[in-house]
Amino acid sequence: MSLDPETLSPPAPAGTAPRKARRRLSWHLVLGLILVLVVAGAVLVSYVWLPFAPDDTSGGRLTPPGGDHLLGTDKLGRDLFTQLLIGGRIALGTALGAVAVGGVLGVSAGLLAGFATRWLDDAAAVVLDILIAFPTLLLAMLIVAGAGASLGTAILAIGLAMAAIVARLTRVLVKQVLARDYITAARVAGVSWPRIVAAHVLPNIAPVLLVNLALQAGLAVLAEASLSYLGLGTPPPNASWGRMLFEAQATVLTAPAAALAPGIALVVLVIGMNLTADGLRDLTDPRRRR
Amino acid sequence: MIAYLLRRTAILLGSLVLAAVVLFVLLRLLPGDPANALLGVGATPEQIEAARRELGTDAPLATQFLRWLADVATLDLGKSLVSSLPVGPEIVARLPVTVPLTLSAFVVAVLVAVPVGVLAATRADRWYGPVLNAIAQLGIAVPAFWVGLLLITVFALRLRVLPAGGFPPDGWGDFGAAAQSLVLPVVTVALVMSASLIRYVRSATLDVLGSDFLRTARALGASPAQALWRHGLRNAAVPVLAVLAMELATTFLGAVVVESVFALPGLGGLLTRGISQHDYPVVQGVMLVSTATVLVVGFLGDLAQRLADPRLRVRP
Repeated sequence: MSLDPETLSPPAPAGTAPRKARRRLSWHLVLGLILVLVVAGAVLVSYVWLPFAPDDTSGGRLTPPGGDHLLGTDKLGRDLFTQLLIGGRIALGTALGAVAVGGVLGVSAGLLAGFATRWLDDAAAVVLDILIAFPTLLLAMLIVAGAGASLGTAILAIGLAMAAIVARLTRVLVKQVLARDYITAARVAGVSWPRIVAAHVLPNIAPVLLVNLALQAGLAVLAEASLSYLGLGTPPPNASWGRMLFEAQATVLTAPAAALAPGIALVVLVIGMNLTADGLRDLTDPRRRR
Repeated sequence: MIAYLLRRTAILLGSLVLAAVVLFVLLRLLPGDPANALLGVGATPEQIEAARRELGTDAPLATQFLRWLADVATLDLGKSLVSSLPVGPEIVARLPVTVPLTLSAFVVAVLVAVPVGVLAATRADRWYGPVLNAIAQLGIAVPAFWVGLLLITVFALRLRVLPAGGFPPDGWGDFGAAAQSLVLPVVTVALVMSASLIRYVRSATLDVLGSDFLRTARALGASPAQALWRHGLRNAAVPVLAVLAMELATTFLGAVVVESVFALPGLGGLLTRGISQHDYPVVQGVMLVSTATVLVVGFLGDLAQRLADPRLRVRP
């Protein structure tokens, strides 16, 4: 979902704030970062070492887990653990790429809309509302429909869909900051707009944007997996986790590991990203109560 | 209220037209020529030219758009490039699968998520409050198609109590078989949807629990349950109603993916096939119908929110 429940709710009434220290690192952040770093570490290792070559089919088809093949082999005889590591590259690459595209485009568009004249801003708000009416995955499917299925298209499509969500959030945040007295004070003191953006607007909206981008990274991973599962993402022979799950569906009774491992990997990475977002929010929003 | 209704209706109509523009522009600006997709690699330039004329894609974009809009206004969504069947009836034929799937999954998700979300908030100090919250946290990280895959494995392949996929050929004429084949898909979509809904309900309830009016109600002698039931839930419902509309849209999207897992002949299958075959009219038609549905549901959600909260009707 694009909107997060916690950012929707109004600030907690005074007197209900927790008494405990507020700047404490929450276990959410620690556990979240550990999960993400485990995946990231495995992906980094995969660039220098893989148990088998990706196209090595010497292990025989559908070998059960254990022995040389930690997770067994798939129906073409490729080592599943190797495939899982390569799938991790695709999942993390999607998250980074989509967040980069969505973040840069979304924040720029949101800044422009936030600063624009009344009329242009209203128009931008309506267009963003409509773009958001297309759920991320539908918008991504639409772009894949035109451009053809590939990993690059999937990343770009997910990033573009994300940009609409980020732009809308940025616009609202910019409006809030611009209404503050310190902006008026800076204007009166003769500070230029570019400098106000750099010194006052961006630092003030960065924490909320960061939390949102961490959540969006998890959604991007899920979206890429769904696209690949539907055959609209990474084409074979590249092992995206979504594609691996699609291929495992036919042999789920004889080779259950192939249907479990990519799913567990997906959940670990996405939970890690969600928990990191939660932890970052606790860290940056003193009003939030647990 | 009437002024609001009129303004909101105007916004809805404007959004529908704009959505059509966005949809059209996106599909035309992207690379990939329908004529090429239709004829394959071996086509001669003359053949492609003829195909373009027949499809109308040789006309200027604005002409194409107006033509399409006029067709849509008369409920004509064009013909499939692949099967030559009209898209409109094809979409209607898929609705008996997608609509029951989406609606029942949505109802199940709401019926599960509201009590669980309220419990997770009111019992945050007992052991099961945080446990429910953790389960919801897990649920939003699980891809729907994987849940479907696991459910098929357990209930269809191991226990053999429900079909693994497909839909009876006579559809709802064979009510028992049709209902049976929708059980696992509904559970799949509902499980994933209820996870995010639980988080919304919990968050809205937590906000209400800290409110002054609830404390006043307690001071006037209401029990915690009475106060929450009479005053709290109505207030908690307002932000939840706003997200319910978006959740319904997401449920529909979940259905699109899950239909593929269970090989159901629904809108999702039509869309996925349309995309992989570059069948523009099909993609355009399904997308238009789904976007219009999402916008209308959002419209209804806003109206429901006004009805639930009289405070929103008064402009400050």
